[in-house]
Amino acid sequence: MIPDLGKYAGAVLSSYAISLALLVALVVLSLWRAARVRRQLEEVEARRVSDD
Amino acid sequence: MIALLIRDLALAIRAGGGFGLGLAFFLIVVVLVPFGVGPESAILSRIAPGILWVGALLACLLSLDRIFALDFEDGSLDLLATAPIPLEGVVAMKAAAHWVTTGLPLTLAAPGLGLLLSLDPAAYGWLVLSLALGTPALSMIGTFGAALTVGLKRGGLLLSLLVLPLYVPTLIFGAEAVVRGAAGQANATPLLMLAGITLATLALLPFAAAAAIRINLR
Amino acid sequence: MSLWEYANPKKFMQTSQAVLPAIWGLTALSMVVGLVWGFFLTPEAENFGSTVKIIYLHVPAAMMAINAWVMMLVASLIWLVRRHHVSALAARAAAPVGLTMTVIALVTGAIWGEPMWGTYWAWDPRLTSFLILFLFYLGYIALWEAIENPDAAADLTSVLCIVGSVFALLSRYAVNFWNQGLHQGATLSMDKQENIANVFWFPLLVCMGAFILLFVALVLERTRTEIRARRIKALIARERMA
Repeated sequence: MIPDLGKYAGAVLSSYAISLALLVALVVLSLWRAARVRRQLEEVEARRVSDD
Repeated sequence: MIALLIRDLALAIRAGGGFGLGLAFFLIVVVLVPFGVGPESAILSRIAPGILWVGALLACLLSLDRIFALDFEDGSLDLLATAPIPLEGVVAMKAAAHWVTTGLPLTLAAPGLGLLLSLDPAAYGWLVLSLALGTPALSMIGTFGAALTVGLKRGGLLLSLLVLPLYVPTLIFGAEAVVRGAAGQANATPLLMLAGITLATLALLPFAAAAAIRINLR
Repeated sequence: MSLWEYANPKKFMQTSQAVLPAIWGLTALSMVVGLVWGFFLTPEAENFGSTVKIIYLHVPAAMMAINAWVMMLVASLIWLVRRHHVSALAARAAAPVGLTMTVIALVTGAIWGEPMWGTYWAWDPRLTSFLILFLFYLGYIALWEAIENPDAAADLTSVLCIVGSVFALLSRYAVNFWNQGLHQGATLSMDKQENIANVFWFPLLVCMGAFILLFVALVLERTRTEIRARRIKALIARERMA
């Protein structure tokens, strides 16, 4: 399945692995923080409505 | 504005830190380098211009956070901001005071320290000239950094992080002028670029720094 | 409907909510197509062997590293002139994305440089400029984190971004002057497309598009988060007052 990368296989695969790992980490962290902040906001909003 | 300059200079001299600390730091950096790279004078004279420039730059950095910190704490910065002189002028005077207390002594001390690093004899003049041209830019850029971080409690480290990347062009042209001068090559281009950077920072950065102070005092 | 104090953030939230799923979908699609095409379906280049495949990550990441800073500069200017809060928050949201892109460009470049140039790192102008860009991103993000007052933080980081842009440009030329480098010129600039064969160019175009979409999606998502975080802060402050 993986094409024959010859003697540079290590370089190509590691750069793909590192780059994709960094991108995935960035996306996951962004989405995770987005979800957490959204939950918090909902909590605070709910508290506010019940106070009124 | 002249009165402000004199006041800042008097404060720096009376506090004692201004002249002495920066110079002592410069000396220590220069003394430490041979311990790190070995005593062969061939290597030392090869890297001497760079070491002297980096040392001067770090010594400059050391005293930056004090430019506005004391005035901010005792409230005189608020007074200066509302005083009938433009804040841009205040900032420029602060930078000038910083240069007189650090940049100028560093420039004058550099040849003596060049001796320790077996600097090429042809390079002494270029070293002094390039430092004299470049250190005002270091002071002005540093004043801008200090203005950005004036209200922060642990601003010192952040100040270094902000200011050091801004120092890159000055350092490159300054050290390059000395290296080329020592090798007998034409070094008018780096010297002119260095002078250009200094003049441009002196002309433009007071406005940015004054804007930053106004934001911080708001 | 006093949910948002400013009309702008509200509209931004609505619009971004509507378009975000589509952008995320397109990002995923083009990323998969571009990278699969580049990784599995392109031949090896004559001089570079299979390392040519790294280009599909390196070039788009480097492009976005610079463009992210330009976007931050524009957003900072908009904030300083028009005082749109969304603009300031978008600049803040873009910085970590740009930082990551810079790191990817540096790392893939280093991994590529080892077999090709025989060294992971050389003080080449382009490499050095990217290292300096990395430092600028760090300083910018650190300044955002350090300042409590959100408006002051937005103002000061904007000023830093503008001054930093000038110095980054200056550094680029200073570094060029300081050392002539190993890095090949802009083989990919629009007017010189012939420099690279179409087999490599088309998948690269897809990858560049994918990285642009990814950047847009991430910045929108992160800006939404920043707006919500700001809202939480305001509501909690109001609770304390009451």
